[in-house]
Amino acid sequence: MSAAPKPRPAIVPAPPRTRVTPGGTVRVIGTLLATNYSFWYGPNQALHDITVEAKPNAVTALIGPSGCGKSTFLRSINRLQELSPRTRHTGDIAFDGESVFARSVDPVELRRRIGMVFQRPNPFPKSVFDNVAYGPRVTGAARERDLPRIVERALTHAALWDEVKDRLDDLGTSLSGGQQQRLCIARALAHEPEVLLMDEPCSALDPIATQKIEELIVDLKREYTIVLVTHNMQQAARVSDYTGFFFLGRLVEFGTTQQIFTSPRDERTEAYITGRFG
Amino acid sequence: MKGRLIRRLTGSLMTGLTYGAAAVAVLPLAAILGMLIVKGAGSVNLDFFVKSAVPLGESGGGFAYAIVGTLIIVGLACLVGLPIGVGTGIYLAEFGGGWFGFTVRFLADILNGTPSVVIGIVVWSLVVKPMGHFSAFAGGCALAIILVPIVARTTEEMVRLVPNSLREAALALGYPRWRTSLFVVVRTARAAIVTGCLVAVARVAGETAPLLFTAFGNQFFSTRILQPMAALPLQIYDYAVGPYDDWHRLAWAGALVLIGLVLVLSLVARLVVGRGARRHA
Repeated sequence: MSAAPKPRPAIVPAPPRTRVTPGGTVRVIGTLLATNYSFWYGPNQALHDITVEAKPNAVTALIGPSGCGKSTFLRSINRLQELSPRTRHTGDIAFDGESVFARSVDPVELRRRIGMVFQRPNPFPKSVFDNVAYGPRVTGAARERDLPRIVERALTHAALWDEVKDRLDDLGTSLSGGQQQRLCIARALAHEPEVLLMDEPCSALDPIATQKIEELIVDLKREYTIVLVTHNMQQAARVSDYTGFFFLGRLVEFGTTQQIFTSPRDERTEAYITGRFG
Repeated sequence: MKGRLIRRLTGSLMTGLTYGAAAVAVLPLAAILGMLIVKGAGSVNLDFFVKSAVPLGESGGGFAYAIVGTLIIVGLACLVGLPIGVGTGIYLAEFGGGWFGFTVRFLADILNGTPSVVIGIVVWSLVVKPMGHFSAFAGGCALAIILVPIVARTTEEMVRLVPNSLREAALALGYPRWRTSLFVVVRTARAAIVTGCLVAVARVAGETAPLLFTAFGNQFFSTRILQPMAALPLQIYDYAVGPYDDWHRLAWAGALVLIGLVLVLSLVARLVVGRGARRHA
């Protein structure tokens, strides 16, 4: 890219979102913690004993070659992966201290608290407005007359409002690829989730659109826990605070992004980030 | 250079062959249409649509009772068959992975291939016999049974075409499974499903054999669905084998109107699809 990226205003970390528990203690919300999580497709084990944490107000990047299980792990968090036939898991993933697999947890409810953005932009074949209003409308959380405000806020959050405010009735599918992806982010944000899972959100986008999404990710981490799966190591280095390296279904190494990229402890991590394989 | 000539010749030959095959395929259709127009167009007039049969010996009369009968019987068939067919199709596409889905799919395919006269006999023994008389209701049942497997299988195909990413998008937004299927998947496939239904309806509208044992036909104008009722295909059959020139004339006209009806349905189907395709482009 020839255009120099314009300097971004310094990020002021917002105070972490909290919730007061019935006992009266104030707890930070939006923490994900996987412990010894393993996953099988039929007889094939795709994930081996993954133990990793994603903290609030931070971007946790998961990198690794194709087929190493990082998407499977991401989709396990909001229990989307278990919809595939003949799968099973052991171990646990806890969200704010409660297992997402607990009997008392309704996966539908869970997915409203954990937003997800996919590899390819997948807006519904509906208007821009309806795409964003979809979530709040179905949960019944918002009254119809509140929707315009909610939609505007979500679109503003996703840095798309200025581009689409005059095209709210256009089909979401008529936007450009990068705009579609930001529309999908807005759609996920409309629920006001605590966590945002992003599965290679830029892999189908051009460099300019990618840059916009990356800036957005950095902005969004002020309010959300973000888990980002990416093929692009530069991207992980640019936007994330913590990085985990997946290889053959195992989490080989996890640490701060700076540590992983400057002084990896495992030789496989080093080989991968220096481009010797993958 | 020589190789290139041969290649171009082969190319032209093959192109010519495909054109020829297409022409041969269209020829019978064109012949039928032409024949119907030549023989029947003269008798399609206002009387044909508003008058019913006249007593023997008098000339004139029309097929009003048969046209209305067909509309009622096909309407009954749609009322019963379309919801069941579409529902089955959605089930097969969205949830029909197990042995039950396999069985349903298999049975639908068999039913699809069952000669329609067999279905007529079955409905005769299941509906007509216990009721004691022929009826438009029985005719509607017979057509509905033909309708269900066609609609189910086309709906299944159309719903399967909806990209999985849309399902996942809805699920990840916290949509319950049923809501995802109904409001995201089916709504996206809506235009295609409607087309499938219209094509299937067009097909059953021309069925004759199953109506012989069920709706039976009626020489008089009737809208009572528990009584025998006339239908276009039946009336065409009756009049075509009858001994009077006037009857033959009306049969030709009836055939032309029936084809016209099917044509209109197909055109509507095309239109719906065209609009749907543009919307999702």
